[in-house]
Amino acid sequence: MLSSITLFIGITLMYSTPLAFAALGGVVSERSGVTNLGIEGMMTIGAFTGATVGYFTGSAWGGFLAAGAAGGMIALLHAFASITCRADQTISGIAINLIGPGVALFICRILFDGATMTVPVTNKIPKLFGSAGGSGALKNLNVDVTVVVALALAVLLWVFLYKTKWGFHIRAVGEHPAAADTMGIHVYRIRYLCVIVSGILAGFGGASMTLAIIPQFTPTAISGQGFIALAAVIFGKWTPHGAYGACLLFGAAQALTVILGGGSFQVPSEILAMLPYVITIIILILFVGRSAAPKASGQPYEKGER
Amino acid sequence: MDKAAKILKKPFTMTLIAIFFGFLVAGIILAAAGYPTFHSLSVLLQGVFSGPKHISNVIIKSTPLILTGIGVAFAFQTGLFNIGAEGQFIMGCVAATTVGIVCDFPPVIQIPLVLAAGVLAGAVFGGMVGFLKAKFGIHEVLTSIMFNWIALYFSNFISDLKRFHKPDTMGTYAINKSGYTMILGSWKTTKEGKEVLVNNEFLRDTLLKTDVNAGILAAVVLAILVSFLLYKTTKGFELRAVGANRFAAESTGIDVNKNILHAMIISGGICGLAAAFYITGNSPHGIATLAAFENTGFNALGVCLIAASSPIGCIFAGLLFGGLLYGGQSLQYEVGAPSEIINIVIGVVVFFVALTHIIPPLVDRFSKGGKNHAK
Repeated sequence: MLSSITLFIGITLMYSTPLAFAALGGVVSERSGVTNLGIEGMMTIGAFTGATVGYFTGSAWGGFLAAGAAGGMIALLHAFASITCRADQTISGIAINLIGPGVALFICRILFDGATMTVPVTNKIPKLFGSAGGSGALKNLNVDVTVVVALALAVLLWVFLYKTKWGFHIRAVGEHPAAADTMGIHVYRIRYLCVIVSGILAGFGGASMTLAIIPQFTPTAISGQGFIALAAVIFGKWTPHGAYGACLLFGAAQALTVILGGGSFQVPSEILAMLPYVITIIILILFVGRSAAPKASGQPYEKGER
Repeated sequence: MDKAAKILKKPFTMTLIAIFFGFLVAGIILAAAGYPTFHSLSVLLQGVFSGPKHISNVIIKSTPLILTGIGVAFAFQTGLFNIGAEGQFIMGCVAATTVGIVCDFPPVIQIPLVLAAGVLAGAVFGGMVGFLKAKFGIHEVLTSIMFNWIALYFSNFISDLKRFHKPDTMGTYAINKSGYTMILGSWKTTKEGKEVLVNNEFLRDTLLKTDVNAGILAAVVLAILVSFLLYKTTKGFELRAVGANRFAAESTGIDVNKNILHAMIISGGICGLAAAFYITGNSPHGIATLAAFENTGFNALGVCLIAASSPIGCIFAGLLFGGLLYGGQSLQYEVGAPSEIINIVIGVVVFFVALTHIIPPLVDRFSKGGKNHAK
């Protein structure tokens, strides 16, 4: 029994981590007033870069950092379009979702002789208690280090957003950029930084998939996680703790399907797989309801406007 | 100067500029990766335009994109972002396939029945998103994403059911032939039909070598109907008013929630129709077990954006999208360049579509500058 419980917790944490990185990034971007619909594309770039750099250098953390850099770079495109050019952020985000997988697979085919997947990395992200670590029920809790990093990041981001001056500035820019501007806050600079951070975190999220959970990049490694992360941002009402909690819920529902699927229940696996999404909708109807985005989210800001 | 400025400010010109940049960036990327740029582009164009067979294949490939694009555009006009088109399309495929397999009536009844099943499934799925938004205020993007996944797994569930699963394949049986919507589909296989077609080069290429279906005709008719509904009727005005400013619409007595619901039902229904035409008009005439999303709905978002949410524009944007996807295959085959370059082209085009609204102010600045110098 104890071992099933720890198995459940372990799987929950494993599934929720890539989502959590990306969703926390989404919170940062949305809080500064820029909708980031391109998380999926940024995660894909991160997943590919992480696995590729991890394979060629043999260093998992090197790959992880490179994935963040790649995610940040493609986020710069989104930032340029939505902040400097005041473009429609929805359209720009969708463009990123088309470009991201395109670029990832294009380079992948060139580097790996026409294959759409990378060669598996030899060194994955280390486990919490080392490769041998833990015995019995505890073994199930020997999760990837990225799980802990994501949790720490959620706490840090909460402190940063609500307890520091910088966090206050970000929230001000997202709610009322003109007022923030008159206070002497650099609206554009803060938005640029937040969007880039969002891309870096989405890149980390992608890499925590292809460097920890599966050891390589495949065309379906990232298929929809970015959109689930986006959903988690909205579900969590644009807060770090809410978004992280929503990711845990997705992970838990996912874990439930794994455990039920392996058990004595006579339920078709496809129906089980639907469960996380049905549960989400029911929770939304029963407990969450109306959600309001940061006021200026999605609105370009032009200096001098009221 | 004024005339040039006017032309530059037209939405159509801006779309062309965006498409130009898409190819420019792709050319640069191809060159950087060591592929012959101009040769690649000419192979791409030849793949599309070198004969009726290819053009007709492009049309076949574009049809679902055009129809789904019109569905997405309809929701967009009401200010709703229908990212759930993917799921509505999948549900339309499921409904059309199951009804098409279970029922077997003469074509006059069977075809409308299968199409109606697709429309109904899409409308229900779209309507649920609209209902949850109107009734509980739940963000449509959030519910759409959940429904996409539910649709994906539901489709796999149906595909694995004993009643529908074709043994030793990855998918279901084909629907009954009476539901097929290929143009002259059954006549083609008869003896006299073959004789006529073989002797006419154009017809042989378009009808015999490819399976043209009625979907493209439906797409054109639908684009006109939707434009009429949106721009010439009171209902269309209400829908667009809600999209332009829901508070202003509300204060003039328009029922915002009802219009949101209606918009999502219609949008979903159109996506379902796209799916039904896809199933009835393209082999294998059934659904396959999906490992991941096939992206028809997501690509339709791109189509709708390139078309600036104009239903008629979706026809051309869909043809562009489908043409690139089709031409990309010959690019990979003949030049060896990864066909993913096509996704990059389309992504860059959409990206520049997002940027195009900065062109009019720029044009104004330059044309004003010109006048000042003239003085």
